[in-house]
Amino acid sequence: MDDHLDDYMNAVARTMALPLEETWRPAVRANLEVALRLARLVDDFPLPDDVASAAVYST
Amino acid sequence: MSETPAFMSAAEIAQAVSSRKISALAATEAVLARIAAHDKVLNAFTDVTADRARAKAKAVDAAIATGQPAGPLAGVPFAVKNLFDVQGLATRAGSKINRDLPPSQRDATLIERMEAAGAVLVGALNMGEYAYDFTGENAHDGPSRNPHDPTRMAGGSSGGSGSAVGGALVPIALGSDTNGSIRVPSSFCGTFGLKPTYGRLSRARSFPFVASFDHLGPFARSVKDLALGYDVMQGPDAEDPACVARAVEPTVPLLSEGISGLRVAIAGGYFQENLLPEAVEAVARVAKALGATQTVELPEAARARAAAFIMTTTEGAALHLDRLRKRPRDFDPPVRDRLIAGAMIPAVYVDKAQKFRRWYRAKVLELFQSVDVILAPATPCVAPKIGQATFTLDGVDLPVRPNIGIHTQPISFIGLPVAAVPVPLEPMPIAVQIIAAPWREDIALRVAYALEQMGVVAAPAPRGI
Repeated sequence: MDDHLDDYMNAVARTMALPLEETWRPAVRANLEVALRLARLVDDFPLPDDVASAAVYST
Repeated sequence: MSETPAFMSAAEIAQAVSSRKISALAATEAVLARIAAHDKVLNAFTDVTADRARAKAKAVDAAIATGQPAGPLAGVPFAVKNLFDVQGLATRAGSKINRDLPPSQRDATLIERMEAAGAVLVGALNMGEYAYDFTGENAHDGPSRNPHDPTRMAGGSSGGSGSAVGGALVPIALGSDTNGSIRVPSSFCGTFGLKPTYGRLSRARSFPFVASFDHLGPFARSVKDLALGYDVMQGPDAEDPACVARAVEPTVPLLSEGISGLRVAIAGGYFQENLLPEAVEAVARVAKALGATQTVELPEAARARAAAFIMTTTEGAALHLDRLRKRPRDFDPPVRDRLIAGAMIPAVYVDKAQKFRRWYRAKVLELFQSVDVILAPATPCVAPKIGQATFTLDGVDLPVRPNIGIHTQPISFIGLPVAAVPVPLEPMPIAVQIIAAPWREDIALRVAYALEQMGVVAAPAPRGI
């Protein structure tokens, strides 16, 4: 996972032309690890196929 | 009535100015003098618009002198988080980069509405960079400081708003709340704060963060002042696509209706975890005063916080993508590092977070069929020290910065209205969230007012200046 995440960060940074200086890398990686952990928590939740997102809730 | 205009409530100032007991200019000068005396410590203001304020105050006095009706906020000084457009100022939104923007041509809608009611803008307030913050710290402008202990955080991202109102520099300030940025500074600084229902107040001509759940709202030192400010800012605005076409629903006339018949419950589970004793004590005091014993569970609240986190970091990254590429070294480093990470989150997770939000909102709204109000802590603890990196919650060392808002995020995520009410514990205050169903700000404010009348909640006099 560790190597994969570094590979992933390098690939995304190159593909999206995102700056990623070496001195920033540990903090960016730490933030990404937290975000992916929380993303997996969302991903684990079974949602019905017909649930649609709503950009604005007005009711 | 308080002795000097600087310590008067907004309601007292408006009454005194309307009846010509004091002038709007005198009220404005008193506030400007207090800012000059204390903002060196608090660092709440980034701009003091003294010339504009004096001109507006004179116009208010002249209108009253000629018999024109005084507005409900006649002569009331107020200030705004510096993500609101203020004519003639670059909207810095807490950043270095935005200072290069041209000066705003027009005030934000909410400033226009406050001034149409007679209020007097006296300045713009410090904030966490681009509102991605719970601490009130800022690498470019220095931290907003807590008015009860300047070595402590004001909270963020509306840190200057909390500091200015908590320090009694102004009776009303405006802020924004995406994940807790009104409620957290209210808790740390001991002020009342209102995060209205998503879509209630216009965000036109304010700098965004996460459009899916950005809200604007007021801070004040009393519930009546909070309601006065909120009422004059209501109303549709075609310039904010999320602002609903809903008639103004005044709350001030309803404040004294009492809380008889309201069903009040305490949020359980997730909202009773990760709390230091002061947060437990604050919720217990409010619950006891309201006679609340029932507990309700907001289903999947931890997952809701996770989904809010994902939407925040990705929408924020999308907003700032070009600035990240062109001027990464001009960001506050922790903000930059979070946004770069956000840009790396796969889109499928964002889509799932959006869909989960729909599910979660429907489930939470079901709760409001059996209760009218839900109580929850606003923050896990009183204000930490400025620069404090970690705290211990439920025996686990956690980073302070992302975890201050763990109890506010699952609420703003689905746009529920919340009044943050300060419990004046010693030595530091801490707030409780009074949460109501969508569009029922009136209920949250009625409960807050009742608690204030009982003496359970109050904005303490600033102890640190």
